[in-house]
Amino acid sequence: MAVTVEDVKRIAALARLEFTADEEERLTGELNSILHYMEKLNGLDTDGVEPTSHVAPVANAFREDEPEEFAHVEELRAQAPEMVEGYYKVPRIIE
Amino acid sequence: MTPLLVSDVALNELTACDVIQRVRSGETSSVEVTQSVLDRIESAEPTLNAFVSVDVERALARAESIDKRRSRGEELGDLAGVPIAVKDVICVRGGRTTCGSRILEHYVAPYDATVIERLHQADAVLVGKTNMDEFAMGSSCENSFFGPTRNPADPDRVPGGSSGGSAAAVAAHETILALGSDTGGSVRQPAGYCGVVGLKPTYGRVSRYGLVAFASSLDQIGPVAKDVADAALLLSVIAGHDSRDATSVDEAVPDYPQKLTGEVEGLKVGLAEEHFGAGLDEEIRSAVEETARRLEEQGAEIVSPLSLEVAANPDYCIGAYYIIATAEASANLSRYDGVKFGFRHRGRSDGRADLLEMYRQSRSSGFGAEVKRRIMLGTYVLSAGYYEAYYLEAQKVRTLIRRDFEKAFARCDVLLSPVAPTTAFPIGEQIDDPLQMYLNDVYTVSVNLAGIPGISVPAATSSEGLPIGVQLLAAPFREEALLQAARAVELGLPSIPTPMRS
Repeated sequence: MAVTVEDVKRIAALARLEFTADEEERLTGELNSILHYMEKLNGLDTDGVEPTSHVAPVANAFREDEPEEFAHVEELRAQAPEMVEGYYKVPRIIE
Repeated sequence: MTPLLVSDVALNELTACDVIQRVRSGETSSVEVTQSVLDRIESAEPTLNAFVSVDVERALARAESIDKRRSRGEELGDLAGVPIAVKDVICVRGGRTTCGSRILEHYVAPYDATVIERLHQADAVLVGKTNMDEFAMGSSCENSFFGPTRNPADPDRVPGGSSGGSAAAVAAHETILALGSDTGGSVRQPAGYCGVVGLKPTYGRVSRYGLVAFASSLDQIGPVAKDVADAALLLSVIAGHDSRDATSVDEAVPDYPQKLTGEVEGLKVGLAEEHFGAGLDEEIRSAVEETARRLEEQGAEIVSPLSLEVAANPDYCIGAYYIIATAEASANLSRYDGVKFGFRHRGRSDGRADLLEMYRQSRSSGFGAEVKRRIMLGTYVLSAGYYEAYYLEAQKVRTLIRRDFEKAFARCDVLLSPVAPTTAFPIGEQIDDPLQMYLNDVYTVSVNLAGIPGISVPAATSSEGLPIGVQLLAAPFREEALLQAARAVELGLPSIPTPMRS
């Protein structure tokens, strides 16, 4: 499954990243060599093996659904690149 | 400035256990120890660059208040007045938490991580935040927006990564203790490269609340220390259930320091044949073998050969790890979009950038090359048409890796292995070859995939004068056995390898 420059452009769009043509070229080579290595997994027989998504011996760690005030709201808001009257400001979405 | 000398040992060179004893008895104040550490930071940082930020005022104020409480006769916490450095991926309220990234260059956390709350309750003194590979992605500490950290044993070499700043700071006595995070070896490998002790606890043992996520099913916070007793002490402070981390496990925390004798009579130490295959440096191989021999002399029983057919096969464990870790990272790092926090690209000069363009530009100029490479890999292996071939397959291999360890721990209490295939390599040597860099993690990644605890302990010095560490592994929540064996390794050494002195 060789990765092409077109694949790199498509994946970059999904990941909300952009690259120069040179970077795309370089990434194509790097991804191919890494993915080629990863394909060695195919040498293992995994028929009938259950996948593991996490290892913690816990499931559904429920707690009471009670709202709590966050103590440092102003500090949280101060992190925003741009705020107007308590709202996060972003570039126009709808013309 | 000349370090404060107390019976020939500079205060910054003391272990945490020594500092606590002295502070409690009043022999030394926390301010004196903290000042000694800060002086060392000032003299060593131009060479090492182990810290991203140092908060002199806050540290001294904190130390002073601890000293005052002691003089009033109040009982101090378990880390009474001990200076500690924290990897810059753990949130500390009111100071910068950068993750070694431009995208978080000016981020100030509005809350403390659970481990930070626990450190405060234990009366530790936070001196600063340590350098790291960006978002903990790397094995050399070269992928930091704030420049590489250098190895105290040889400044032309890497300290390992991603917790390279924490390991270098402890080795160079710029702090007494440190915290790192370990997703695929990021505490253990730098500890090995720098000649200090690094512990990755069982997944779920330590709360991840306030740890900036890289790969959530693998990440775990762990101690970096000058010796095993200090690592045991720090673990006992940070371990335990936390309702704010749904994956934290409600399991009693043993008194690790109390039980630490180094007694290994009858302890079964396993050696897996796959851990000694091609690519392993000869000096490291003999250090591990020598360590096994010494443990046997101390009464341990060597169980060999054991097999970790999948878990110790680089072709399988590196592949499975980098698929799962990058997949989780691509999801976790989607939060950096320039909206609520972090770097925002200002867009076209006419100010008419659209939202998607703002996302792309903020992320592309905010993230470094390795982080972008991993986001791309992770997005690829999760994308339509490839999910089953890569991600699902890797999750199945993860099951096989867990089974390998379960079988091994049915026959032994701890496994002994190398930490990394080589000693610390020169800065710049591997940075242009991502796959080569990933292969450094061959002995460490399976531990995170299986969620078991592992520790790196100094065991020898190479002919080039570089530290060699060995790794010990145990079944989930068997940190006690791990620490016991690690202490025995320490006791078996002819002399403790000395890190860089002031």
